[in-house]
Amino acid sequence: MKASDYGQLPAEHLDATFAALANPTRRAMLARLASGELSVTELAEPFSMSQPAISLHLKVLERAGLVSRGRDAQRRPVRVEPQPLEAATAWLEGYRDALERNFRRLDAVLEDMKATAPRRTRARTTRRRSKR
Amino acid sequence: MTNSGTMTVTTPSDREVQAIRLFNAPRELVFKALTTPDLLMRWMHGPNGWTLAVCDVDLRVGGAFRYVWRKANGREMGMGGIFREIVPPARIVHAEQFDEDWTGGETVVTTTLAEHAATTTLTVTVLYVSKAARDAALQTNFAGGMEAGYDMLAEMLASLGGAQ
Repeated sequence: MKASDYGQLPAEHLDATFAALANPTRRAMLARLASGELSVTELAEPFSMSQPAISLHLKVLERAGLVSRGRDAQRRPVRVEPQPLEAATAWLEGYRDALERNFRRLDAVLEDMKATAPRRTRARTTRRRSKR
Repeated sequence: MTNSGTMTVTTPSDREVQAIRLFNAPRELVFKALTTPDLLMRWMHGPNGWTLAVCDVDLRVGGAFRYVWRKANGREMGMGGIFREIVPPARIVHAEQFDEDWTGGETVVTTTLAEHAATTTLTVTVLYVSKAARDAALQTNFAGGMEAGYDMLAEMLASLGGAQ
């Protein structure tokens, strides 16, 4: 089997991306930024966290290349960098697609099974329900 | 993280990949389709034209299973393992390893089936020996197939036609 282009992504980039995404606060921060750039203060607003804690999360996101900071010296707005997120998504998509093709075939097999043994299936379901 | 229709694939930890998929069937049927050779051979193919040609399943704790996929050009790819836990129709845990060990050691696969309103939620969690092993395995093993090998699927979808 040949790896597609998605397989050629530098592993260390994906590592940083997945590590950065493995945190609910950071995912929530990215979700907020999806609708446009924000200052750190604006970004911190909905989170019950100190500004230093938010800044630490920001640093992780920045190191992973998921966000960048603007040049405006006073405001330094935070914005999403879509590329690493797209790469990570594409990587998972490849895995998902291979599985999904099999699962679609499994759907068809299950439909056949239901069609050929409908009574037994119904009887089992009824029995289990009546025990509850 | 990635979601299309009823299927979700995530990386719950550094060493795992987890897929969650709903099936419109009671879990007894799904369990059967996951563990019966004749049925497995109908759906558990690989990407890019690999079909499951050999399928032996000794469904008991400590029992072995063996799968061999084959391509039209005769190339083969084998994989085998041992069942560690079997709780029909709710749970299976097995260890598995490909003959060409591209997962850097055996992986442990936990499969759970939960039923609600005649719909089964299938959760498959694959635990690799290390993060590096997971990433490497997924890149070589599963990442392919976006660009090629859709013929078989297209044929099958066409033959299903109005059935869905």
